[in-house]
Amino acid sequence: MNTVEVLEVITLQAGYNTAVVLVGVIALGVGGGVIGVFSLLRKRALISDAISHATLPGIAIAFMLSVALGGSGRNLALLMAGAALTGAMGIFAVQWICRHTRLAEDTAIGTVLSVFFGIGIVLLSHIQTMQAAGQAGLNHFLLGSTALLTSDEALLISISSAVAIVCSIAFMKEFGSVAFDEGFAKAQGWRVARIDLIMMLLILAIVTIGLKTVGLILIIALVIIPPAAARFWTNRLGRMVALSGAFGGLAGWAGGSISALLPDMPAGAMIVLAATSIFIVSLLCAPRTGVVAWSVRQLGLQLTLAETRGLLAMASGNTPPDPMARRMVRWRGYIDSNGQLTASGTLAATEADRQRQLWEAYRKRNPEADTSFYPLGGCRIEEVLSPDVVSELESRNR
Amino acid sequence: MTAGDFLTIDLPAVLAVVMAAVSCGLLGNFLVLRRQALIGDAISHIALPGIVVGFLVTGTIATLPLMLGAMGAAVIAVLLIEFIRRVGRLEAGAAMGVVFTAMFATGIVLLEQTGSSNVHIDTEHALYGNLESILWLGLTEWADLLAWKTYATMPRQLATLISMTGATAVLIAVFFKELKVTTFDPGLSASLGLPVRTISTILIVLVAVAAVAAFEAVGSILVIAMFICPAATARMLTDKLDRQLWLSASTAAAAGVGGYFFAAFGPQLWGNENALSAAGMIAVVAGLLQVTAMVVGPRYGALTRAIKNRNRRFISDS
Repeated sequence: MNTVEVLEVITLQAGYNTAVVLVGVIALGVGGGVIGVFSLLRKRALISDAISHATLPGIAIAFMLSVALGGSGRNLALLMAGAALTGAMGIFAVQWICRHTRLAEDTAIGTVLSVFFGIGIVLLSHIQTMQAAGQAGLNHFLLGSTALLTSDEALLISISSAVAIVCSIAFMKEFGSVAFDEGFAKAQGWRVARIDLIMMLLILAIVTIGLKTVGLILIIALVIIPPAAARFWTNRLGRMVALSGAFGGLAGWAGGSISALLPDMPAGAMIVLAATSIFIVSLLCAPRTGVVAWSVRQLGLQLTLAETRGLLAMASGNTPPDPMARRMVRWRGYIDSNGQLTASGTLAATEADRQRQLWEAYRKRNPEADTSFYPLGGCRIEEVLSPDVVSELESRNR
Repeated sequence: MTAGDFLTIDLPAVLAVVMAAVSCGLLGNFLVLRRQALIGDAISHIALPGIVVGFLVTGTIATLPLMLGAMGAAVIAVLLIEFIRRVGRLEAGAAMGVVFTAMFATGIVLLEQTGSSNVHIDTEHALYGNLESILWLGLTEWADLLAWKTYATMPRQLATLISMTGATAVLIAVFFKELKVTTFDPGLSASLGLPVRTISTILIVLVAVAAVAAFEAVGSILVIAMFICPAATARMLTDKLDRQLWLSASTAAAAGVGGYFFAAFGPQLWGNENALSAAGMIAVVAGLLQVTAMVVGPRYGALTRAIKNRNRRFISDS
């Protein structure tokens, strides 16, 4: 493998077949990312796990059917139709259990997942004893494989992903309202159950499309990880959908390219790992919600607290109570080498003391007020309360 | 089938299935009641990278390193899920989905890249288990069951599963009250001074141990089914926790025995000599039992309630 080869693959120049397969997985990634946003926001991410496992019996039945009709059982469209059929039955089963029994949704998901998968495995064990060609290929539906994708199949995948993406964007307003505010959606006269059903059918579409490439065990990663990563960057639905779709597409492109370039690199797993890398970067680096931003904020808060602690102690004629507070006031130039307050230090200490008194007065007057506002939090009272309240507190303190 | 075949091949396999089913089924009650039913699913996916790493580090397929690897992976996963949930403010389900798919994908890549897939830990194995390898060679006649030396040849997987089930049952019996209060009313248990978080951590660790112990014998699909279906069946039938535990254990055992024998001998009924997958069939039987309980359960069954409601309406109409 050399640089030219790498460039050819990632820019879709490495032959028609590789390019078509890559376009297929990119489309799949975008589709999964877009649709996954809604199930993530609806707090139903794992329903996709039940759906994907429920496709196995359908695959097996379609295979047996096509063998019985004299085919080879390799017809991807027929296998996908079977998968979609039992996948839809799985969705209805989850909904039935939630609505008609006392069992919770996670139990319903677990039941459907394991029982449908069990049926699929029983059927597969029967197929293994049949003298039919192509039965070995069925195992690829568990873990996926792009190596065996023909360009017709890749085309089928691209087109159906595109349709699924268009549908989910068309329903974006409805999906968003149901996810954020079910009550509002009901007040609009929308049938929440029906909107949920459409959302789950779109997930089923992505699962069915991705079966052959990513495999039914890992396909749910495509509808969970990109939206979870996008969630770190924005609070707006439209942006989240765009970002999640982009992340999914990027994961499909990177994972698909790596598996095309390196031997023995299963595409499904590589796509999932590419998506995971995007997730980890988002978790660490996102502004505001990322781990790095959070740590910086925490550190800043610690320093402000130490400074206020030091100033308050100096204001009442003591020395700063701990080394961190001492270092902080010295670093800010509030005390000189003899440990005496400098001119700016006197000002800052007076102000800190004034803040403390005002906050304490406010808390005495409003004992029910939120206790998180406190002088040590580095929170200036003028930024929180209106000027007339502040001046009233000031006059009372005097 | 001769008595010897039955004792050497079928009896140890059925016992292993029943033990795995009962230990997972008992623990499943708490998962179902705490709305953590999918933890079993997540852990059984997560075990794969652990097993592969255990194999790569030690180079053997001995049970202990593989189980330690799987346990380690499960612990790391639980910590990661908790971290992502807190920091990323994601719901538990999404955090779980992110972690277990990522770890499972890592396991597959490791498996393919290191060529470990040629040895016995292939993915099919992880799914269906390896029941046919459980042979009790010292047991050829019924009378052998009374001789001590027979038990020296007891298959290792079976011995592991029996001790696991015993330990689970004893732990649940001893800590019944604590488990009950923390499951139904975490607020009350905190005010009673019970260590709520410690108990739920211990529960998750137990779930991981039970899953991994059951894994190599019966496969992941059966483990997932047994964590959920028997407990859900029992939940449809009673409101009392102790009764629910007994019911779930018996349901699990019944599904194990029924599924095993139907998979082994069922196909012969329609003249097919080949056995079906026992693990899959047991999950199906457990599912059928659950469907029965959900539809015609005496008090909470959907059909039962529908009929009751109709009668009530009929009375109030007339």
